[in-house]
Amino acid sequence: MNPLQKLFPSIDDWGEIGRACVDTLLMLGGSLALTVLIGLPLGVLLYLTGKGQLRPMPKLYAITSLLVNILRSVPFIILMIVLMPLTYALVGTKLGIRGAIPPLVIGAAPFFARLVETALHEVQQGVIEASQAMGASLWQIVRHVLLPEARGGLFAGITVTAIALVGYTAMGGAIGSGGLGDLAYRYGYLSYKSDYMLVTVVLLIVLVQALQMLGDHIVMRYKRS
Amino acid sequence: MGQSGSIRHRRPRPWHRMAHPPAGHFPAVIRFVDVHKSYRVDGRDVPALQPFSLDIMDGEVFGIIGLSGAGKSTLIRLINLLERPSGGHVFVGDTEMTALAEPALRAQRRRIGMIFQHFNLLASQTAADNVAFPLRLAGERDAGVIRARVDELLARVGLTAHADKYPSQLSGGQKQRVGIARALANRPALLLCDEATSALDPQTTASVLELLAEINRELKLTIVLITHEMDVVRRVCDRVAVLDAGAIVERGAVADVFLHPQHPTTKRFVNEALPEEAASELAPFVRVDGRILRLSFRGDATLSPSLSRVARETGVEFNLLAGRIDRIKDLPYGQLTLAMQGARTDTALAMLREAGIEIEELHR
Repeated sequence: MNPLQKLFPSIDDWGEIGRACVDTLLMLGGSLALTVLIGLPLGVLLYLTGKGQLRPMPKLYAITSLLVNILRSVPFIILMIVLMPLTYALVGTKLGIRGAIPPLVIGAAPFFARLVETALHEVQQGVIEASQAMGASLWQIVRHVLLPEARGGLFAGITVTAIALVGYTAMGGAIGSGGLGDLAYRYGYLSYKSDYMLVTVVLLIVLVQALQMLGDHIVMRYKRS
Repeated sequence: MGQSGSIRHRRPRPWHRMAHPPAGHFPAVIRFVDVHKSYRVDGRDVPALQPFSLDIMDGEVFGIIGLSGAGKSTLIRLINLLERPSGGHVFVGDTEMTALAEPALRAQRRRIGMIFQHFNLLASQTAADNVAFPLRLAGERDAGVIRARVDELLARVGLTAHADKYPSQLSGGQKQRVGIARALANRPALLLCDEATSALDPQTTASVLELLAEINRELKLTIVLITHEMDVVRRVCDRVAVLDAGAIVERGAVADVFLHPQHPTTKRFVNEALPEEAASELAPFVRVDGRILRLSFRGDATLSPSLSRVARETGVEFNLLAGRIDRIKDLPYGQLTLAMQGARTDTALAMLREAGIEIEELHR
């Protein structure tokens, strides 16, 4: 008898766990990429239009800020259900990896946008003034000053967002989006197979730990002050 | 202007030693015309700079000295319009900065270098990339051209060995040198220095000022600098304006302002630069016999043996009470406080004046 089977008697298909891991990673990768793609410009917009910043626009800032706060204040599991019609319209299904990505992105992008805004506030005002004195345009300041100078903070924000997304993907399991959360919910919770639960939890911990270490490594590499 | 000195007869006075350069004769590179600035704070206008006009000439080093809050940071930022004036016109060269739209203003700013108290370098870029930054902003894409220009600039500021270091690995003086190289990258005609040495120790300050003077000489670059230290003005500036509570209270050639300060604020700055001068005011000497005089020498007069000649010819006797010989930029000057005794003191004074020495009688 295989020692793994001895330890986890009710797990008969390790392949399923492997596939669930891949699903979780796919959901994470897909949603993280889109979250950064949407959240980064949104965060830059929040930063630039804020009070006393490079392009202060109080009304636009207030509207964007309110939208971000609304999306952030809805618990993810509820957001997922509320967004189902939109998800269906966007990707043609409410289930599986594809069905999970729109709500993941809509839930995480505003969160990441706030982290971007905070990271940009860390860039010294003097450096921005110096680049204005050198004749930099707004786009040049964003592209060549703000984003590179805030690199460390931005990568830290991506790490935190990735870890939050791991949590969101697991929640998605409860309403049929697949992955490790789905496994833990169906076998561990509904079928009382606690060894499934244990294995999923350990895998999630390993995943989060790996993400944090990778993130810290990148942040350290780019941190120069 | 005090007594006329003999040096003025021997060679024409450069305009930048004059309090009021002749209008139209020399090109003003910066003109402020009726400029004023106020900030809106809680719905009220708080004046930062009283209305003023000021010309800064091509090739000079112009100092603006004032205490913190006097408005000097605002004034220097009016030149490249980092601050917009509330009224009036600012010209740089032939261009009215205050009339430019955003893209034209950016193009003008590329031709004006600026360095800062806290250096304001990109922390994420190496020294070489910081110097290359304004070139890239100006649209230069040829890596070879950028490399060559960066090498040349880093060599000029003496940082060739540090090209690949990040700002966090450089000392304050080195960071400011990177700042200077960066400011010079687009070959500006004008360099603005915003308290450029205030965060540096005295030795580093001296070497950075030397570098600025060298750049002014060799590149014929006009420099405007703001500072709260009279010593900075004395070492590198040709002319100076004294700013007090948002108003220019005194302006002129540094030697004139330094040797004969008029406004109380100016006197305070000058006394800070000359601690022994403050101590040598009249009080300690009233019991000394004879006429108490303060003699100011400049330029060639500093180096000629007028005192001993006059003493020999008139038979007066001197008793030296205090004194100092130093340089204002490259102009040697001396200031002596002395007691003079003898029968022919009036003749002696006339002869000294004849030799180009400015005399103030402190006590008789």
